[in-house]
Amino acid sequence: MPEQLVFAMEVFLNGLMAGVLYALVALGFVLIYKASGIFNFAQGVMALFAAMTLVGIQNGQVPFSHLINAMFGAHVTHFGWNIPSVVSLLLTVGVMILLAWCIQRFVFRHLVGQEPIILFMATIGLAYFLEGFADLMWGSEIKTLDFCLAGSACLPQGINVAIDEATYNLFGYGFFIDNLDITATVVAILLVIALVAFSQYTKHGRAMRAVADDHQAALSVGISLNFIWVLVWSVAGFVALVAGIMWGAKSGVQFSLSLIALKALPVLMLGGFTSIPGAIVGGLIIGVGEKLFEFWVGPLVGGATENWFAYVLALVFLVFRPQGLFGEKIIERV
Amino acid sequence: MLDAGRTQETLLEVNNIEVIYNHVILVLKGVSLSVPKGGITALLGGNGAGKTTTLKAISNLLHSERGEVTKGSINYRGERVQDLDPAALVKKGVIQVMEGRHCFEHLTVEENLLTGAYTRNSAAETAQDLEMVYNYFPRLKERRRSQAGYTSGGEQQMVAIGRALMSRPECILLDEPSMGLAPQLVEQIFSIVKSLNEEQGYTFLLAEQNTNVALRFAHYGYILESGRVVMDGPAAELRENPDVKEFYLGMSDEGRKSFRDVRSYRRRKRWLS
Repeated sequence: MPEQLVFAMEVFLNGLMAGVLYALVALGFVLIYKASGIFNFAQGVMALFAAMTLVGIQNGQVPFSHLINAMFGAHVTHFGWNIPSVVSLLLTVGVMILLAWCIQRFVFRHLVGQEPIILFMATIGLAYFLEGFADLMWGSEIKTLDFCLAGSACLPQGINVAIDEATYNLFGYGFFIDNLDITATVVAILLVIALVAFSQYTKHGRAMRAVADDHQAALSVGISLNFIWVLVWSVAGFVALVAGIMWGAKSGVQFSLSLIALKALPVLMLGGFTSIPGAIVGGLIIGVGEKLFEFWVGPLVGGATENWFAYVLALVFLVFRPQGLFGEKIIERV
Repeated sequence: MLDAGRTQETLLEVNNIEVIYNHVILVLKGVSLSVPKGGITALLGGNGAGKTTTLKAISNLLHSERGEVTKGSINYRGERVQDLDPAALVKKGVIQVMEGRHCFEHLTVEENLLTGAYTRNSAAETAQDLEMVYNYFPRLKERRRSQAGYTSGGEQQMVAIGRALMSRPECILLDEPSMGLAPQLVEQIFSIVKSLNEEQGYTFLLAEQNTNVALRFAHYGYILESGRVVMDGPAAELRENPDVKEFYLGMSDEGRKSFRDVRSYRRRKRWLS
């Protein structure tokens, strides 16, 4: 097999893996948009907040330590214990649920029935608030996320070595795939299966889809909108946590993490704002597309195409298929 | 059977309520009515008379439309219910089938029905209720797997009624079931409502513009006009009433009449303020 083609295949696989990470972020957007019609600009910051909280709890950091120290002249920074990964994960999930409840109670409950643009503005405010709040709570230094389930340390070592060998025997060229990427893919697949099962086969999942279709009718059959929205924001918070762990493990927990939300936008335009499979496929297309484009076209134009390729692709989609690949067809009876 | 409602206990009682939208728009100016257990009570009147608002005031869906009951009281089984949220009312047994059907378009027919059982917890009872709904609406069983958005208007109305039945209600507020349906379908829907009432004992309060059909199937009727009850009585009497005949059924003793000659008609004053 020609060297060039094999190399392209490796790039393709790596693109798929990167796409999974984009898809993870996009998923959170889709969930909230579907159920409440809110485009949640704060999704990226929620991922950052979740990752910081996880690291903070894991390391036994004292929350608001800077604030406490400044106010009382104390010098507390750490409780002096480390909490096992699984426990801190559960605690973080608890924090995200609490955050969901607060968002619903203090922000969106007062904005029921407002224009979508107003709700969108509220999420921008939420994004800035949450960014500052995370900073205040856990400090602004870059942290490394050493999560057992996520870091390659706890994986069976050598998956990538095995792949390397297998492909070497097959093509005479060894593929290199990052262990973390493999984990992310597995986790993302499990997450999507869980989400689909939840929304298709459980009572609350069905209620969630019902609310997405028609608020008034949902209210009339006795579904509590407040509860459903807290549920949706909690699920989105959980997805943000998973995305935060993956991205945090890849590139460190830092404030630039909140910018990955921007990468999710072209993914959503491609896949459609209302479709969970759309978010996945969109993420994969963007991931593979930008890697292959960089590989083939990049050298001709001097590289750095990864920064803009996704957006140009999204623009093309907006012109020809505005609802995205899998966006809900608007059912209109005449 | 026609005036069965008169003799039985009162399930739902609305006392002189006033409803204001957006703090300024006065829609109901003192509506009183009582719904007897096991009866079909019709709420009649033209566009903007306040039929839907009355139903929404009872089911408390007004809040999400910035409406508010500012005066009067609504009692269900003698208990004041106007401060309960819709979910609590559904649990108590009062459910509204909204005007214009309002199906969950992207859910299948069966999923639509199942959402009706949201407030219920027993899977066995839900399965039983589903069977009951399919019994009354065999058409829905055939279409159970199709997306509700792609079903016909009549089927959607059936879905909406069936969905309400899934909550095991006692009193169903049915808002304009005939809207946008062919006369034959209207007839079919109403006769199903009638048999649900007679066989399963559901109490209905239905708002309807189609006075003719409604008065044939209901036991008792109230006629609303610009936010007030102007006339009420057993359905059979209302059907024979010359004013109702003339204004709502389009018939009169002297044949056709020009609307220029019509100014107003005797109204019995029903409001207190």
